[in-house]
Amino acid sequence: MTPPPERTTTPAPRAGERDGGSRVLRFSPAERWIHRTTALLLGACVVSAACLYLPALAELVGRRALVVTVHEWTGILTPLPALLGLVSRAFRADLTRLNRFGPHDRRWLRAALRRDHRPQERPAGKFNAGQKLYAGYIAGAVLVMAGTGLLMWFTGLAPLVWRTSATFVHDWLALAIGIVLLGHIGKALADPEARRGMRTGRVERAWAAREHSLWRTDEDARERRER
Amino acid sequence: MDPNTGAGSDGDGTPVGRRLVLGMLGLGAGAMAAAPWLQGKLETALGAVADKDPTGVTGLLPNGGGFRYYSVTSSVPHKDADSYRLTVSGLVDKPGAYRLADLRALPQTRLVRDVQCVTGWRVPETPFEGVRLSALLDAAGVRRGAKAVRFTCFDGAYSESLTLEQARRPDVLVTLKLRDKPLGHSHGGPVRLYVAPMYFYKSAKWLSGITVTDEVRPGYWEERGYDVDAWVGRSNGRDDDPTA
Repeated sequence: MTPPPERTTTPAPRAGERDGGSRVLRFSPAERWIHRTTALLLGACVVSAACLYLPALAELVGRRALVVTVHEWTGILTPLPALLGLVSRAFRADLTRLNRFGPHDRRWLRAALRRDHRPQERPAGKFNAGQKLYAGYIAGAVLVMAGTGLLMWFTGLAPLVWRTSATFVHDWLALAIGIVLLGHIGKALADPEARRGMRTGRVERAWAAREHSLWRTDEDARERRER
Repeated sequence: MDPNTGAGSDGDGTPVGRRLVLGMLGLGAGAMAAAPWLQGKLETALGAVADKDPTGVTGLLPNGGGFRYYSVTSSVPHKDADSYRLTVSGLVDKPGAYRLADLRALPQTRLVRDVQCVTGWRVPETPFEGVRLSALLDAAGVRRGAKAVRFTCFDGAYSESLTLEQARRPDVLVTLKLRDKPLGHSHGGPVRLYVAPMYFYKSAKWLSGITVTDEVRPGYWEERGYDVDAWVGRSNGRDDDPTA
């Protein structure tokens, strides 16, 4: 294997940068709260689903009427933090970044499919192509789960054949979501600095340059304007 | 565009994210439309795999077949041949209590029927064996004016009900055996009700009390919106194939 070539040198801490220099702002407080509350709601929804669905857990936990209520409400409320978060400009800006795929994202995906981990083959803006795909997938999946869930919750909404179909889609998509969520959590567990970014809002500049080489931080942008 | 990396600035480019969200919604709607057909295919395929699956993993997949465990309480006490009692009371001439051995000593009836849950799962051709409920009612001597039977359970919360006419059907059993084995705790053992022609929530698990009443008193799930007369295929807005 060829050794990784020299990285672009990490910019030295610049004057006017806040919070001790080497850490850059990645997520605003609003964004962190959106992530936290969404994780809590979706987590409770998934755990309650497991208690309803897996025989061993159902036998251990019982209390079916209560668990059903927890599952219904956490499920239907899962999209709420993101909806409320739309008032945050930083969150809206990140949604735009997640939405738009540039040529570098195609390159990142091709490298990922080849299991090529060399940093220069994995160009990424604030979010890499994998994170963008995950965001779109989970957003769509949560909406489909909410829709099919409502059809099962309010049985008078639609004819029976719809309810049976909704159950079918809800059960299988739940399985697909579970697998992808495990991937999301696994990726976070594997990268302490990424977790620190979500916990404290700030990441090492060197980490940002390595993992998100094309990311122009807000501080970079401000500096450019000031020049 | 940066000539060195070929990258546009962050936030420019094709709106793939939006397409992905809309695509998921479309896929969900499409799967809804195709579900009746897809479900049949999957059930056949999974059923074939499940027959040769020693791990039991297929049983956990949606439509993988088999029973699901539902309990409405946090924990259910275990009862055995010593501690188990089934009381018969209410509008009867001879109230009393049966031990497990008493029930086993009575004539047994074996039925093989499909089990249909109101949430959709179905277990084909399952043998149930036990004492006809009508035999217990006759032995207790139902008084004039009695209209219905209420069932209570030693989980402390669940209850069910049948009209007297329904309760006297020959395919309503006080079940002691499932699949020719003594009824285990997770299936509602040592004794559960089995109402063959109705959705499975009528077949109360952990049966401990039979009370003859002058009117139908809705059971646990029936107070929460399920139909009291729960004929398979003709209630709860469902159209499953009848089980009896």
